[in-house]
Amino acid sequence: MKRLLSGNEAIARGAWEAGVTVGTGYPGTPSTEILENLVKYKPDVYCEWSPNEKVAFEVAAGASLAGARSIVTMKHVGLNVAADPLMTLSYISVEGGFVACVADDPGMHSSQNEQDTRNYARFAKIPLFEPSDSQEAKDFLMLALKISEEFKTPAILRSTTRVSHSRSLVEMGERRPSEKKIGFEKDPPRFVPIPVWGRPMRQRVEDRLVRLQALSERSEANRIEWRDRKLGIITSSIAYQYAQEVWPEASFLKLGFSYPFPDALIREFAGGVERVLVVEELDDFIEQHVKALGITCLGREFVPGIMELSIDRLLSSRARLEGRSLPEQKAMQFSEQLPPRPPVLCPACPHRGIFYTLGRHDVVVTGDIGCYSLGAFQPLDRMDSILCMGAGISMAHGMEKAGEPRKVIGVVGDSTFFHSGITGLMDIAYNRGRSAIIVLDNRTTAMTGHQDHPGTGRTLMGEATLAVAIEDIGRACGLRHISVINPYDLESTRAALADALSSEEPYLIVSRAPCPLRERKPVGQPRAIKTEECLGCGKWLGLGCPAIEGGSEKPKINVQLCGGCSLCEQLCPAGAITVREGGA
Amino acid sequence: MMDNETQSIVLVGVGGQGILLASEILAQAAMQSGYEVKTNEVHGMAQRGGSVMAQIRYGRRVHSPLVARNTAHVLGALEQVEALRYADYLRPEGLAVVSRQSIMPVTVSSGAATYPANVEEMLRLAFPRLVYVDATKLASELGDNRAANIILLGAISRGLDLALDSWQKAIHLCVREKFQDLNLRAFALGRDIA
Repeated sequence: MKRLLSGNEAIARGAWEAGVTVGTGYPGTPSTEILENLVKYKPDVYCEWSPNEKVAFEVAAGASLAGARSIVTMKHVGLNVAADPLMTLSYISVEGGFVACVADDPGMHSSQNEQDTRNYARFAKIPLFEPSDSQEAKDFLMLALKISEEFKTPAILRSTTRVSHSRSLVEMGERRPSEKKIGFEKDPPRFVPIPVWGRPMRQRVEDRLVRLQALSERSEANRIEWRDRKLGIITSSIAYQYAQEVWPEASFLKLGFSYPFPDALIREFAGGVERVLVVEELDDFIEQHVKALGITCLGREFVPGIMELSIDRLLSSRARLEGRSLPEQKAMQFSEQLPPRPPVLCPACPHRGIFYTLGRHDVVVTGDIGCYSLGAFQPLDRMDSILCMGAGISMAHGMEKAGEPRKVIGVVGDSTFFHSGITGLMDIAYNRGRSAIIVLDNRTTAMTGHQDHPGTGRTLMGEATLAVAIEDIGRACGLRHISVINPYDLESTRAALADALSSEEPYLIVSRAPCPLRERKPVGQPRAIKTEECLGCGKWLGLGCPAIEGGSEKPKINVQLCGGCSLCEQLCPAGAITVREGGA
Repeated sequence: MMDNETQSIVLVGVGGQGILLASEILAQAAMQSGYEVKTNEVHGMAQRGGSVMAQIRYGRRVHSPLVARNTAHVLGALEQVEALRYADYLRPEGLAVVSRQSIMPVTVSSGAATYPANVEEMLRLAFPRLVYVDATKLASELGDNRAANIILLGAISRGLDLALDSWQKAIHLCVREKFQDLNLRAFALGRDIA
């Protein structure tokens, strides 16, 4: 039976069919739905959201050493966090099949950078698989697990936004549980990389790579599609699909088991066509290798390496390759006249009041990654830097130590705090910092679609559990100034912030209110503006609330959108905003 | 260069309007008719009140899940400015189905940009084949304004070669039990007005 599955659903299905019993990860677009779908196969599979990707990677690695087939999921930047265990798991090797499912985000739809995960496979000297659609996402995950177990190597399944979030038809199969017995077998020369044992491991990694290369040569995941021999295209991942539409007559070498490279197959293909063109998204990973083999090929000079590919971009590539002028495109009409529609903090978002209040002070705000990154936009405009998860706290400390004349305030979310903010807070406490830290605790990992985390009291398996309190961690670090506030109350928010700004010691503000989207209910009654009492002062504009429409002349609250947070009511100097009569 | 048999549909709107459900039903209807289907949708940051686009392609053999510019057979929009924003996806003779709804982006409510006053005129210029409906109002009259997406889908169905039976099966498969009747009626209404 065939079903229409997203790439992420297909990866989860493949994991279940292949007998995976442990799945871990940290949410990150575009990877999140892999684990959200895998957990639907409980009790066959144990799944967890770990506090961060490094922990998730290590949990799955532990499961593998005990003999279980396991996967770990993350977005591309998450693999940076998990890079430490990745590099050495390659040495100590795995027992049960182990695959890191990593989703890249070409075009940076929901990411802070555009790094290409394929480089990590070469870096860690492990096999790499690149599906082009959902069927391959399932098949390659299963193939990766099989090869991982057979060669005792971790493997990477590299997806991209368009593979993970596109749906296509997938043939369903049955689950085949592993026959391996669970039970760790002590073997220090294999699992303990102290130098005396680590050096032999280092050699084994190279030997394994040679054997994997031989396998890649004859893998069905790498195939030649002979058509016209004038042009031969070497490609992988979603780029294969676009290239098929743009060069339907050309011959293709499609790489699915793309590292270690199948050198003989590449030579055979290049020898059978007049010209070779490499079509790949992001880095020139394949192209550089093809050139290193001494094969003349075209690539980056025709196919862009920045931002995601598309049929349109490849049509331009083709035109340039053939020395034709670019294909005629219908000009975009009216584009100048259309108001932009950027993403914004939702109506009644608990973060809005914090950013509004921060906006009244001349401070530097080092921010972080989550919905609250939107606090960087006008009119809130109160986030001055973003680096990576957790850096909101650590960079505040660094600026302060550098002697930044203004007060520095670090802003992070709750899930981000558990991810990698705790160590930064510890650093501030330990190294006599004075920064003020605000944790925007909306009781969920909101941006990626409301996943649980160590503070929510609920696991991915749906069980009630211990909940870590952020303020308790602050106390455990030795902080003496900790304030838990309700961000819908502007007065107490202002007071806490004023207190934090005048403090000579580190100060932790926990801004606590659950995400209304997660709660699926409004914060309060919808508000309305009494037009006759409105002074037209425009103060509400500073909130950037999407529920208030009509500009500064005749503001009106959209009752469908208003979540009743009351911030506009608290700001209104004329008392013209009140609970709407007759309710919603 | 493109396979002429492959049908491409682009659905646009604003986060929360139900574009993704509409896309799922359309894909399911194409599947029910025996076609290969690929779809793509937007997740993550782009969804927080921003523009949302779903793309559906079906035919005997479909490669790219993404629709190239100037090639879509049908463009469906639940918001007027969004229809114009993605107008260049539609092929010149393609069908546009646009709901008469304006949702003010925060750039407009904050005064940084203006919502075009002559949006209807612009739509008529941009789309020679335009079905212009007030899906939200019609949905309210049916009893639930959230069904605007299904009314839109009903109107779109006129521009595609999928059997009514496939659409109905798709709605059964994609919509929760208690909303099925409402959605079937919404679909029929949309199909009638187009």
